[in-house]
Amino acid sequence: MLAQILASLVDGILLGFVYGLAAMGLSLIWGVMRVINLSHGAIMALGMFGTYLLFTHLGLNPYLAILLMAPASLLFGFLVYGVAVHRIINAPYLSSLLATFAVNMMVIGIGTAVFTTSLYNVDFSLGTVRAGVLALPGTRLTAALAALLITAALYLFLYRTRPGKAIRAVANNRAAAELMSIPSAQVLALSFGIGTMLAALAGGLITTFFPFTILSGSGYQSKSFVICVLGGLGNPLGALLGGLILGAMEGLIPIALPVSWVPVVEFTLFVLILLIRPSGLLGART
Amino acid sequence: MKPWRQPGFWLPLLLVLVGGGVALVLRKDTLREMMFTLLMYVALASSLNILMGYTGYVNFGHIVFFGLGGYTGFYLISQHGWHLIPAALAGGLASALLAALLGLAVLRLRGAYFALATIGINEAARAFVNNFGPFGGPTGLFVNFAVYREYGGAPQALWLTYTLMVLTTLIVVGLSYWIKNSRFGLGLLAIREDEDAAMVMGVRAPTAKTLAYVVSAFFPGIIGTLFFFKNGNVEPEDAFRLQMSIEVLVMIMLGGNGTILGPVLGAAAYERLRGYLLTSPLFKSLHLAFAGLALLLIVLFIPAGLIGWLRRRFPFLRRWLE
Amino acid sequence: MILQVEQVSKRFGGLQALQDVSFTLPEGQILGLIGPNGAGKTTMFNVISGVYPPESGRVIFRGEDITARPPYEIARRGIARTHQVVRPLNELTVRQNVMVGACFGREGLSYTAAARIADEVLGRVGLAERADQLAGSLNVAQKKRLELARALASRPYLLLLDEVLAGLNPAEVASMLDLLRQIRDEGVTILMIEHVMQAVMNVSDYVIVLDYGKKIAEGTPQEVANDPRVIEAYLGDPKLAAGLLEGREEG
Repeated sequence: MLAQILASLVDGILLGFVYGLAAMGLSLIWGVMRVINLSHGAIMALGMFGTYLLFTHLGLNPYLAILLMAPASLLFGFLVYGVAVHRIINAPYLSSLLATFAVNMMVIGIGTAVFTTSLYNVDFSLGTVRAGVLALPGTRLTAALAALLITAALYLFLYRTRPGKAIRAVANNRAAAELMSIPSAQVLALSFGIGTMLAALAGGLITTFFPFTILSGSGYQSKSFVICVLGGLGNPLGALLGGLILGAMEGLIPIALPVSWVPVVEFTLFVLILLIRPSGLLGART
Repeated sequence: MKPWRQPGFWLPLLLVLVGGGVALVLRKDTLREMMFTLLMYVALASSLNILMGYTGYVNFGHIVFFGLGGYTGFYLISQHGWHLIPAALAGGLASALLAALLGLAVLRLRGAYFALATIGINEAARAFVNNFGPFGGPTGLFVNFAVYREYGGAPQALWLTYTLMVLTTLIVVGLSYWIKNSRFGLGLLAIREDEDAAMVMGVRAPTAKTLAYVVSAFFPGIIGTLFFFKNGNVEPEDAFRLQMSIEVLVMIMLGGNGTILGPVLGAAAYERLRGYLLTSPLFKSLHLAFAGLALLLIVLFIPAGLIGWLRRRFPFLRRWLE
Repeated sequence: MILQVEQVSKRFGGLQALQDVSFTLPEGQILGLIGPNGAGKTTMFNVISGVYPPESGRVIFRGEDITARPPYEIARRGIARTHQVVRPLNELTVRQNVMVGACFGREGLSYTAAARIADEVLGRVGLAERADQLAGSLNVAQKKRLELARALASRPYLLLLDEVLAGLNPAEVASMLDLLRQIRDEGVTILMIEHVMQAVMNVSDYVIVLDYGKKIAEGTPQEVANDPRVIEAYLGDPKLAAGLLEGREEG
């Protein structure tokens, strides 16, 4: 019994790293520009399909495919920012919610036309690693590791590079940053691009162990909301922690309740945290 | 205030009456089906407008009231043999009750946090109903065709449902006008403009917001019951579709948030456009993408919606375009 | 005494905005609340009108303890206020703005009655022709008059005015002061924060002075103007203050 609990917990936590990575993108965009990106799930789906296409039609190793997705998704983020977000960056929050949702509708609409809603799969395996009583799928381990590495890279970027510091400055106080001649529009575009990149990378990693459809992104987007609120909107490290907590929960809850109750618990928790401690368990950055 | 003298009042009502009445007069099934869907969205949009347009609190998960109220009403019909009318009212009351219970807590959240919470509520409700035995779990509920005999046969039942839909739409549109020009509505508008200043002026914001939330929840409950009764079944996936919720939001934005005519025209226009796109072979698979593009253009360039823009541009039209 | 403020203290994190401030307001007078910037005057208004509760102390209005009550309850009891930075309800018309005050203020009027009162009050402050304009389209001076109209429409017992004269030219100041005297003569008590010194000294029956969150002086305008502590607070230098006073007495 204990072995089963441990196995489920570890399973969930490994998954949690990837969830956290996904949520990090959402959290970053919110933290820097107070925009909730409702196209987050759609972009994750794009990451999934991009990886699938490169794997299936070019025979690339999925991890290599994911690496190639990085600059593509960054550029896509710039595009979305420039077209949909920039003009309304100072408008009431409803505008940005609807604008990003419009992008979501367009991506899902075109995606459904191209890929239909069928199930797709990246048939890739790295075997299983055995550690004592645990049997860990190689793909999940690698994905967790990748998520950790990307998080570390993000932190190095935000804290050790100039553009990164500019992003943190704009997140902290946009007007003051502009007064210090930081080009806020470019910084915002960069932040948005990084946010979409993280989403696409996470999507790509997910394909290595789960099948997916064009609509799968919305489920992960909902989870990302829960994670961001758990860890504090605007706090990327909090997103990782939130992801781990959610992953652990998803691993452990099915031991006590039928699996179908997991979303009920997740969303009730989500609403409760919003009501009781909207700044999240770790507190928001700004 | 004599509302029946004001064109801003009877113009939207007349549109609904004529639009809805044509099908009743001509007695054509296809027209009825089309108008039912259209009126359903008009009513949903008008009900959401009472909260969103007047208080500025954006409910992304408004469809939860459609789903839960509809499920309740349908459950009473299919499992307990209730008649449609009391069941629909019960559905409305169930949604209103949920809004009353949740309202005071969730309306303490401002801005985007409130919007997120409403999404969470909708998702939680769907996941819950998915597991709820009495509501049929993932397979949902269905009515035995024999139930329609109680109404004199299936066609009669469908015409009754349609008539009730027209009536509900008239009531919610009329009510939204009445609220906007009442003391209660003035308080809501003050909350929308500056909630803290409104409270300093004496507006009991928590109570007023919750009441608006409850009123906006009541009608979707009725509409849901009518819809599921007409279809003969209900499933969690159909009842709590977040996309439907957001489409209603788009309809309001298209027509003009906070106006009376706006949700009516916006819903009608969107529904017609969607119907056209779905039946056209060229656009069929891309209707969602087109809708998204339309939404983006509205948000970027005419956020006040059609009626809002007209009112601003031609102030003399204000009496007519409420 | 229409208002009694007893030992009110309010802090924001590390900043002690108000410390043990006490004063009383007799009914039917105009009282000035003055002090250098950052003295805590607007904070005092916020505590009285219920925007936030004090850490300690009490506010008693017409014999009733209203400390830490929500702002809408305090408005219903007859306290109305204007804001230093005007807060019009932008997308509503000027008339609707004033109607909000009338509907939710002390008298809690019906929609139609409020419309009548609104037009009356708008006439008094000189905004009658703009009644159907959107509040957001007014200029700052007009928005200030709108704030006052909104507050008046609620028929308060006590009117809290926060820098209602700021940005007005001398003629406008004079006509505003006349209006305030009229309002006082109708029985409304007025507590006004002001920086326009001549005006507040001119119109006030009594003056209270705050500095760094503490009450440093009170009295008639004459007494306060000659108080060395007040002069020091505004000029910052006690020697300069003494020198000025000496100079005045000699010259």
